[in-house]
Amino acid sequence: MTNSKDNSTVSNTMSKTSLSTTEKVSLSLKKRHQKEKRFKSIGLFAVLFGFMLVVVLIGDITSKALPAFHQHWVKLDVNYQSDWLKIDDVSEETLKKANYRTVLKKSVYQMFSTPSDKKLSRKDKRELFKLFSTNAEFTIKDNLIASPEHFNTQTSVWVRLDDDVDSYLKEGFAQGEAGLRIKEQQAQWLVKLSTEQRIESRFNFSFFTASDSREPELAGIRGALMGTVLTMFVTLLLSFPLGVAGALYLEEFAPKNRITDIIEININNLAAVPSIVFGLLGLAVIINVFGLPRSAPLVGGIVLTLMTLPTIIIASRAAIKAVPPSIREAALGLGASKMQVTFSHVLPQAMPGIITGAIIGVAQALGETAPLLMIGMVAFIVDVPTSVVDSATVLPVQIFLWADSPERAFLAKTSAAILVLLSLLLVINVTATVLRSKFEKK
Amino acid sequence: MNNTNLIQDDTTPVELNQVELTETVGNIYADDAKMTIRGANVFYGEKQAIHNVSLDIAKNQVTALIGPSGCGKSTFLRCLNRMNDTIDICRITGELMLDNENIYDKKLDPVLLRARVGMVFQKPNPFPKSIYDNVAYGARIHGLTNNKAELDEIVETSLQKAGLFNEVKDRLNDPGTGLSGGQQQRLCIARTIAVSPEVILMDEPASALDPIATAIIEELIDELKEKYTIAIVTHSMQQAARVSQHTAYFHMGKLVEMGKTEDIFTRPSHKLTENYITGRFG
Repeated sequence: MTNSKDNSTVSNTMSKTSLSTTEKVSLSLKKRHQKEKRFKSIGLFAVLFGFMLVVVLIGDITSKALPAFHQHWVKLDVNYQSDWLKIDDVSEETLKKANYRTVLKKSVYQMFSTPSDKKLSRKDKRELFKLFSTNAEFTIKDNLIASPEHFNTQTSVWVRLDDDVDSYLKEGFAQGEAGLRIKEQQAQWLVKLSTEQRIESRFNFSFFTASDSREPELAGIRGALMGTVLTMFVTLLLSFPLGVAGALYLEEFAPKNRITDIIEININNLAAVPSIVFGLLGLAVIINVFGLPRSAPLVGGIVLTLMTLPTIIIASRAAIKAVPPSIREAALGLGASKMQVTFSHVLPQAMPGIITGAIIGVAQALGETAPLLMIGMVAFIVDVPTSVVDSATVLPVQIFLWADSPERAFLAKTSAAILVLLSLLLVINVTATVLRSKFEKK
Repeated sequence: MNNTNLIQDDTTPVELNQVELTETVGNIYADDAKMTIRGANVFYGEKQAIHNVSLDIAKNQVTALIGPSGCGKSTFLRCLNRMNDTIDICRITGELMLDNENIYDKKLDPVLLRARVGMVFQKPNPFPKSIYDNVAYGARIHGLTNNKAELDEIVETSLQKAGLFNEVKDRLNDPGTGLSGGQQQRLCIARTIAVSPEVILMDEPASALDPIATAIIEELIDELKEKYTIAIVTHSMQQAARVSQHTAYFHMGKLVEMGKTEDIFTRPSHKLTENYITGRFG
């Protein structure tokens, strides 16, 4: 008892000489709050900076992509004369073989050789003809085949302008001024066409319906989009079940020993392997040994599966690990077999996490270019692929190809293709979020 | 102050731990044993968690396993339906019999065993499914019935036996996780009963519940023993005294004393048991 009395006197004298706890705390309090404020502002800055970068990126791409979504067409007075067409009747066979190039050329020359104009020289004719897309010849062909009654008459047909003209018109040069790749004479002709209200800007449907082309005014995204969809289909079909099965086996069934440790280390390492290595593997094994076709979405999908698998397995294992063991015990205690525990309790609970992992994996695969270059998906392919063994290319490769092209119009096409790729990513992410919330509700 | 004095003028906990345990005192035998355990040893890797435990679990009675934390009573309980099989490094030796059948026999499927020996856990762990599905799950996986009406019947009687039916009959499709703690635990008991096990193991079933919910569970245990054989691990000596007919006291992985509950709590024969039940340590 005396001892405790001593203690209290000691603490009393202590408080007189030095600061009390309250004073000490309030002294340090200001510093602590400052620290918190500083950290909060750094965090806010980081978020805003990131957000700003995204806005700049999307804004820049969108502004560059907009010109690709519309296109200039011109109305020509086409004269389907039989001696220009070099045919006498309008049967289906003869219409297909007729000479539309001559019709186009002569019709155009006629339009610009009215008495008020000076006589067209050979050079003028060449320059004039360059104003129109190479596709114009086929447009007038299709027009006559569709309505043969125009044979031997003059009719108005809308055809595409050449990409250089299209770019010139979009870039807003003054009337009649020479532009990049447009000579003054050509500019004058364009003035004449637009005063006659023969030039019209239309929404560019062919960007979404056409495949790749050497001519920018004809090039579209459909081939690459289909290629991407098919490749992603193969990737998801292979990597999701394999990844989930692998993760479930490793987490729920495999004994924990040295071998599973080695497997785990290897999976983690595999996630960090440069993707081009997987491309080489695809070339060396899948194409050369197994003899699958080159440039095919099937091979692309298999290669991307190899790349995506580690991501899915790692994410799935984390999600499976996070399922509370009490749920497993409850089911086991009722006499559920391991399989029943895994599939009716562990997997549904882990599903949201697994889906997140799969989406991260697929999003990576969606933007992957390097491994696909190795297996030949970089080729110039005009046909839209319809099956997984057709030759195809994918959106990122298409972007790479277009970005490499010298024609000015491909600049807008490249940006537009990037927008399509980003939208696809958005669609996948939204789907994943919806799926995830559906699983979480259960 | 009172407590400290008691320890000081008697043996300290350190000394208690040094008491040599040679063999179990009291009576380990039951007249009508549902489970008989002889010389059970449990090892976690190199470490031995249970040392040579022998006891009987009497049919249609409640056997309480008590003892300080880490004494191995939960480990022992989990051996009785082979829940320890899920731990890779766990190894069990000895004879553990259910109706004269060795439950660690290689020919015996643990799935079948767990259908006969159900378990209720410390923390209520309903499945994140509806109340109905929670109770119906066991019957479904074992294929006890493939008839909707029969399944409804099983769910209803199980919930009734667990004393939960009246509280949840209007919301059988609500998630089981939305119930209160005590209701969740009764749901877990209903889920266990739905499989019609012979033995129910309870691992501190009321430790996460408030006194009112605990009282309901205890009453329930008392009713359940009419149909089932029950083994319960508990930290509360009052609970053991209230619900059980037999009590086994574990200490450091050894069974120190076993006997009729009233004997254990009124005239314990072993010094360790006496110290524990009088609250000197544990």
